[in-house]
Amino acid sequence: MCLAVPGRIVAISRDDGLLTAKVDFGGVIKRACLEYVPDAAVGEYVIVHVGFALSRIDADEAARVFALLAEMNALEELERS
Amino acid sequence: MKFVDEYRDGGAAHGLAEAIDREATRPWVIMEVCGGQTHSIVRHGIDEMLPLGVELVHGPGCPVCVTPLEMIDKAHAIAGQRGVVFCSFGDMLRVPGSHGDLLGRKAEGCDVRVVYSPLDAVDIAAKNPDRRVVFFAIGFETTAPANAMALRVARQRGLRNFSALVSHVLVPPAIEAILNGEGNRVQAFLGPGHVCAIMGTGEYEPIARRHRVPIVVTGFEPIDILQGVLLAVRQLERGDATVHVQYGRAVRAPGNLPAQRVISEVFEVCDRAWRGVGVIPASGLRLRDEYREHDAAEIFDVASLTVHEPEACISGEILMGKKRPRDCSAFGGACTPVSPLGATMVSSEGACAAYFAYGRHLPATDRRRLPIADGRSP
Repeated sequence: MCLAVPGRIVAISRDDGLLTAKVDFGGVIKRACLEYVPDAAVGEYVIVHVGFALSRIDADEAARVFALLAEMNALEELERS
Repeated sequence: MKFVDEYRDGGAAHGLAEAIDREATRPWVIMEVCGGQTHSIVRHGIDEMLPLGVELVHGPGCPVCVTPLEMIDKAHAIAGQRGVVFCSFGDMLRVPGSHGDLLGRKAEGCDVRVVYSPLDAVDIAAKNPDRRVVFFAIGFETTAPANAMALRVARQRGLRNFSALVSHVLVPPAIEAILNGEGNRVQAFLGPGHVCAIMGTGEYEPIARRHRVPIVVTGFEPIDILQGVLLAVRQLERGDATVHVQYGRAVRAPGNLPAQRVISEVFEVCDRAWRGVGVIPASGLRLRDEYREHDAAEIFDVASLTVHEPEACISGEILMGKKRPRDCSAFGGACTPVSPLGATMVSSEGACAAYFAYGRHLPATDRRRLPIADGRSP
């Protein structure tokens, strides 16, 4: 139920008074309500759940996961050498 | 897909599993709270990658599973009334009630519709002014902003034919209930990433402090989950008990403030019964008084229903992490996704359904022959 999928905003409009985005999920385009992430811009990635954008994806934070992995691998190399 | 594929890298996953093996010096029991995480763990075989001593137990974070039987029966009764269009997320249609499920109602000719977004139900109400449109508003904090917005929009547009049957639940009181439960074994939690994207991490700090448990707010892909386990194991080994965010790409400490505002404008906190678990104080959301005319439980006369729970089902103990699906005598025999006895076998996020879909009822050697199943739902 709490499944939410990342997608890229390709257009923003106002539908029936609600801020609405067209979001590209790997080629499939769906509408999502943008009222909870009003400052998101075209080209940015958002996480979408039941037709609502919940959160913008922070690209720096996304890269940090892999920075931690690289750090871990470097430590392991050191321990082995 | 960007922000998905790179978090499924097999090499990185094995590296993380090895790191967990290196760093864990004792057995540890870690609970993942969210059903989406449970599904991912079983689907990708993460539980089987971990060293033997590091045990993942599955928590109560499947809203479909914890929706009380009485609420399912109310939905069933309302869906059977004349002039009603009953709208629901797809997962709820096959949850067995005392007198059948919502899909059965649809088969009888009742107007039961699956919606992707709660706003779709509002549109149905706008287009069908002569029908009473009822939306089954269930879910955790992740879904509450969407459901709250649907109610707010319906009220603003004066759609008096739109109502919601509300059975919302909250994660922090459930974590407290598990920690306070008799014979609790859980020593650390993988916190629910999307719930925290909405609510932030503030509610989890006092739990971590009071109960001396690490809480690592974690994402849903294999790399996220393995990294969450590693960060939890590190805290356990050091004797730390803090809230740490692994899922930083979506979670900020204060959460989503506009969403929190709309939730509290529409809903208020109430005691809530969890299926198989019982009443947990202050663990749910209900409509505020201003929204009473949109409250399906008030509008429809469904107060006095007698409910009947199948005796063989141990979903309550499974939801609280006390038992596993394989501990149930009905698992994979009398209870399968085709004819489920309890809700944990229905939703793809229920532990029993995930175990069944990925062949955990079969010996390991037979599992490789299974077709790739992917029963994920929105």
